[in-house]
Amino acid sequence: MNYDVIVIGGGPAGMAAALKAQENGAARVLILERDTFLGGILMQCIHTGFGLHYFKEELSGPEFAHRFIEQVEANPAIEVKLDTMVLDVQPGEPNQVVAVNKTDGLMQLSAKAIVLAMGCRERPRGALNIAGARPAGVLSAGTAQKYVNMDGYLPGREVVILGSGDIGLIMARRMTFEGAKVKMVCELMPYSGGLTRNIVQCLNDFDIPLKLSTTVIDIHGGDRVTGVTIAQVDDNRRPIPGTEEHVPCDLLLLSVGLIPENELSRAAGVAIDPITGGAQVNEACETEIPGVFACGNVLHVHDLVDYVALEAEVAGANAARFAMRNSQCAMGDYVTTRGENGVRYVVPQRVNQHAGKPVTLYFRVGQVYADATVQVRNGDTVLAKERRARITPGEMEHLVVKPEQLAGCSELIVEVA
Amino acid sequence: MYDIAIIGAGVVGALAARELSRYDLRIVLVDRLNDVGAGTTRANSAIVHAGFDAPPGSLKAKYNVAGTAAMPALCELLHVPYQNTGSVVLAFDEADRKTLDELKARGEQNGVPGLEILEGEALFAKEPNVNPDCTGALWAPSAGIVCPYELAIAGAECAASNGVEFVREFAVKAIDFTGEQFTLNAADGRQVQAKTVINAAGVHADEIARMIGDESFGITPVKGEYLLLDKTQQGIVNTVVFQCPSPMGKGILVSPTVHGNVLVGPNAQTIDDRLSLTTTAAALQEVQEAAKRSLPGYQVRDTITSFAGLRARCDRHDFVIEASAVNPRFIHAGGIESPGLSAAPAIAAALAELAKGDAVAKQDWNPSRAKPVRVHELTTDEYAALVSEQPAYGRIICRCETISEGEILHAIHSPAGARDVDGIKRRTRSGMGRCQGGFCGTKLLEIIAHELDMPMESVTKSGGNSQVLLGRTK
Amino acid sequence: MNELNIVCTACPMGCSITATVDEHETLVSVAGHRCRRGEAYARAEIANPARSFHSTLRVAGGDLPMVSVKTAAPVPKSTLMACAEATRDITANAPIAVGDVLLRDIAGTGVDLVATTRVLPCSFS
Repeated sequence: MNYDVIVIGGGPAGMAAALKAQENGAARVLILERDTFLGGILMQCIHTGFGLHYFKEELSGPEFAHRFIEQVEANPAIEVKLDTMVLDVQPGEPNQVVAVNKTDGLMQLSAKAIVLAMGCRERPRGALNIAGARPAGVLSAGTAQKYVNMDGYLPGREVVILGSGDIGLIMARRMTFEGAKVKMVCELMPYSGGLTRNIVQCLNDFDIPLKLSTTVIDIHGGDRVTGVTIAQVDDNRRPIPGTEEHVPCDLLLLSVGLIPENELSRAAGVAIDPITGGAQVNEACETEIPGVFACGNVLHVHDLVDYVALEAEVAGANAARFAMRNSQCAMGDYVTTRGENGVRYVVPQRVNQHAGKPVTLYFRVGQVYADATVQVRNGDTVLAKERRARITPGEMEHLVVKPEQLAGCSELIVEVA
Repeated sequence: MYDIAIIGAGVVGALAARELSRYDLRIVLVDRLNDVGAGTTRANSAIVHAGFDAPPGSLKAKYNVAGTAAMPALCELLHVPYQNTGSVVLAFDEADRKTLDELKARGEQNGVPGLEILEGEALFAKEPNVNPDCTGALWAPSAGIVCPYELAIAGAECAASNGVEFVREFAVKAIDFTGEQFTLNAADGRQVQAKTVINAAGVHADEIARMIGDESFGITPVKGEYLLLDKTQQGIVNTVVFQCPSPMGKGILVSPTVHGNVLVGPNAQTIDDRLSLTTTAAALQEVQEAAKRSLPGYQVRDTITSFAGLRARCDRHDFVIEASAVNPRFIHAGGIESPGLSAAPAIAAALAELAKGDAVAKQDWNPSRAKPVRVHELTTDEYAALVSEQPAYGRIICRCETISEGEILHAIHSPAGARDVDGIKRRTRSGMGRCQGGFCGTKLLEIIAHELDMPMESVTKSGGNSQVLLGRTK
Repeated sequence: MNELNIVCTACPMGCSITATVDEHETLVSVAGHRCRRGEAYARAEIANPARSFHSTLRVAGGDLPMVSVKTAAPVPKSTLMACAEATRDITANAPIAVGDVLLRDIAGTGVDLVATTRVLPCSFS
């Protein structure tokens, strides 16, 4: 089966990309989604706080997704296959995609352009190397979120949360609403990895303590978790002897970071940025393989779905242009981007000097800054500059460079000035 | 009333059950846990040792060399992943070189084939990533790697399809003998009667022996901690890489696994608690540092999980494979620490010989088991054909390891099949990948609950009270 | 005079606002906000702190076991746990459309609880 654009993943990124691809001329668009519903992880994010930028109103995750789902369902040019796993992507002309599900069996599909929109997954316990027993009752926060919000089951009644990423904070409030006692949220770093709003509304409102520079050093229990040992950590994140404290609990939730899910991309030969864990792309969200685009959390982990949708629209539109062979992004003179002075990464990693439209550079910092200036410069020439009252590693920032500024640049450096 | 009851469904008990299932006997295999191979068999080095460590004349030496020789054919028959990688023991200095010579001489006395001392160049050709300070190594071509719990599961599956009954969560607390038969009493009041008993209870074998008044051996659990590295590290070693042995064990090894990961460990720590499988930060640190001595390029951040296992160290400093002096119908397989996995096929045969009495062989014995389908191992055409015939193989549940619903259903419904999340994990590898069950955990629970007709909140991680969910939210 | 620190949650910026109140708990001044919404937020947070509430309800006859819900407007912060309690004993009947009112006047707040997920009828129950 031949398509103009195949989108891998039916979450907000995939749906936004598919809609924009169709709008930009792709006549046959296919979304391949591994779960049994469209919407992705957003469907389990039942709290509100989505859509403030994109829809200019505050929505819950399922509502945000629903607005895209309705458009996708109503669009005859977009085909959706649910409960379908993509096994292999082979770039080429056209690109080959192997996918499987129960009804269609093993499918050999081809597409002129591909959009990678597989999202991200949570870091598991093993990656942390927490010592102790291996009882039931240690879950990643997102897994617990699925159980509680979608399946209607409670995985614990006395909860300790390790990691103050947004999902951990959100789950502190959700577990509280469902009658569980959340004892504390421990954060290894001296600052929270989550949005300020979530600290206020998910922890402070319910008097749940946030213990910074604190980690779980031991897990106790036989069949089920019976408690954890926490300890404060020094500047090198090493536990400080003498600060150990035993906290009884029957559930330990881990919210210790998200990793873009790029196994398919890697196997397809897409170059991966070691810092973002996502593909290296240009301003059109095109990877180093022509015709293969990436957007959303598979490209780099976002904190707001609004920006996922906006980024995905760029990817979808350009995938359609590529597919219809009026691509403006295939060739050109590229300038690379780089983070410096506190900026950990910049996406896109390269920008076409003749992009012809404003280019948004997304980036994250490595520590908390108060009253700082962020800027983009080429050599000593500052191209864009903005003041920020506060910048934290948990919140993605962006700056916009005007098209006329790009010509002749050698390197775009984003930094905290 | 059974002819034979086997206590302990680890790799030894399961393979003994299989050996005995060829005879016309009523056999029951009991385990304190909810699954086959869920104790010591679950967590060890997964090595098939060549057999140069044990002193000549010991049971360890005898059964190791015989078991290692039998392993390739057995694994092929039972469709268990095995690879004949060979092993190297690294020498860092003159003292180590002396040890290599001793090991080689000992191995040759034990009947180990093909032992050879490699000088630097030859070693680095085999293992380019080992410490360049190494001066040489002992090469043992007969060594290999195997998946220990799959071997136990396959053995039990074969045994069960030949009529052996498997009884789960049967923790033997007392044993009565009436002169005719043994009665095994479980903690929960269940009883099993049998004329002959095989004690293959791992770290609990001495406790079981004491239940019939046999105090002829004692066991001390020795804990070892391991790190499992991501598949991205595949290829940093090609063979099983040992350091020279110490009095506490064979030292820290770095080994490929049959599933494409890399295993690092174990340390050795004598403990009192026979149920403790906790890991400690200090031990994991110790393992990491020792591993760096063998492989300076090894990266801690590539770890995907850590775990601990127990060795059943025996005060006789050898395996105990004999009929009890207290009662000849009570047969011990005690002190089965390393090289117990390697020796297991040979120990199982020896136990069967001791236990079978004058039983006659069955005509219709099936020595194999149904080959489990692994969709990621199929060619495109094979997979397409399978899915069109059995659509459940077309629904992928575990994304990281590409495991289908069909494979999970097979794991549940095969003889002595999985009853909990970890059981499915061991049989299919679902949840063993880089997300460690984050995505597929919820789906596994649904499938188990549906197939075994139980509420979601009754499904356990590993039997007992290890329920994953505590109840409905509302 | 008393100074209160309020973290504005009107947008993801999370401005740290200092609100000064007099002895009657009346707002005297607001500082630290970067937009009008910040000032309004601080005023509301002192007069009557409000939050949007969200949870789930059991579903009967649907293709999903649970339906996600939210309050149609923010409710007083002090009523959040009462709202949570109010979701426990209700079953919503499929089909359910996004925006359907599933409970009127939750916990006496005067605010309705509305569905945020679509639930289709289950074909086999």
